[in-house]
Amino acid sequence: MHEMGIIIHLAKTLEDTAREEGLVRIGSVTLRVGEVSGIVTDYFEDCWNYFKKRHPVLQDCRLIIETIPAVTRCSSCGQDYETVKYGRECPYCHSGETWLVQGNECVIKQIEAE
Amino acid sequence: MKVIELNKNALSSNDADAEILRGELKEKGIFLINLMSAAGSGKTTLISRTITDLREREPGLEIGVMEADIASDVDAAAIEALGAKSIQVHTGGCCHMDAVMTRESLEAFGAFEGSPRIIFLENVGNLICPAEFDTGAHLKVMILSLPEGDDKPLKYPLMFAESDALIITKMDAAPYFDFDIDAACRRAKALNPDIAVFPVSAKTRDGMQEWEAWLLEKAEAL
Ligand SMILES: Nc1nc2c(ncn2[C@@H]2O[C@H](COP(=O)(O)OP(=O)(O)OP(=O)(O)O)[C@@H](O)[C@H]2O)c(=O)[nH]1
Ligand SMILES: [Mg+2]
Ligand SMILES: [Zn+2]
Repeated sequence: MHEMGIIIHLAKTLEDTAREEGLVRIGSVTLRVGEVSGIVTDYFEDCWNYFKKRHPVLQDCRLIIETIPAVTRCSSCGQDYETVKYGRECPYCHSGETWLVQGNECVIKQIEAE
Repeated sequence: MKVIELNKNALSSNDADAEILRGELKEKGIFLINLMSAAGSGKTTLISRTITDLREREPGLEIGVMEADIASDVDAAAIEALGAKSIQVHTGGCCHMDAVMTRESLEAFGAFEGSPRIIFLENVGNLICPAEFDTGAHLKVMILSLPEGDDKPLKYPLMFAESDALIITKMDAAPYFDFDIDAACRRAKALNPDIAVFPVSAKTRDGMQEWEAWLLEKAEAL
């Protein structure tokens, strides 16, 4: 379970941050999740709602997800294009030699806390 | 409430744990290899062959294997049959090993006492999640077997970008598949120019020597 694996680490990072910054309650966490990160956001939220109950500082922490669009670059012609729309084949020159520039991330952007 | 900007990778706590584990193992002279591939690529077979060969070169060499699987212990049994020390780790439904799970497994294995000196971690069979979770290993090695196809670097770029070595296995089956080895190498190197590539057959032992020599060299340089 990919989502649960990430949630465990997310909770740990937030707990560490709370300890370092002397926070008693984290009200929300904003994550930036890549469009092709493989994270199923509905499922991710279910995991979060289940898991946060185990951590007192996270009890009422809302999960806010922002999507990072996936962009692929073509090694043959150098152009960028939308990964989700065109897949691995470059729509400009039809080369298959392409790579993902962004869209695979899972970044903790910010928290709201007191 | 105040807003605190973090801009941290969600897995940064794992990365930190992995770094500490890597350092501790090094201090104790233990070399840990994280072996990753899709299910059925030939991880257990490659490890078995490698252990047999390395023991032939250096009879006293202590090698251990940690088999991570969602269930079952057939892989650990196969390794024990060779007389090598092994432990089966059940990931409890998780599709990968992380640094905390690896530490717990090493503890259960008794590895922190300083033996065996070389330990393989056979990760869960899957080309996606294991690439994202640093286990604390000193070396990341991936296997791609011929039947899987030469397009895998394009489909699973992170695994290829993260690995120190790519073993292309089941080379004995080349006549039956249209796997283009040059294309596979080119695609892997485009993602990771430093990746070492070893075409092998664990069945006929072709190419195994080069891989084993490289592995020993890395273990000695720890
Ligand atoms: N022809 C041939 N078959 C191989 C080779 N390496 C492995 N196999 C076969 O491939 C199958 C799977 O090998 P395993 O070593 O069990 O693969 P694995 O990656 O450990 O599998 P999981 O642990 O289930 O993910 C077995 O039937 C092996 O005999 C090889 O070099 N050549
Ligand atoms: Mg196996
Ligand atoms: Zn192009």
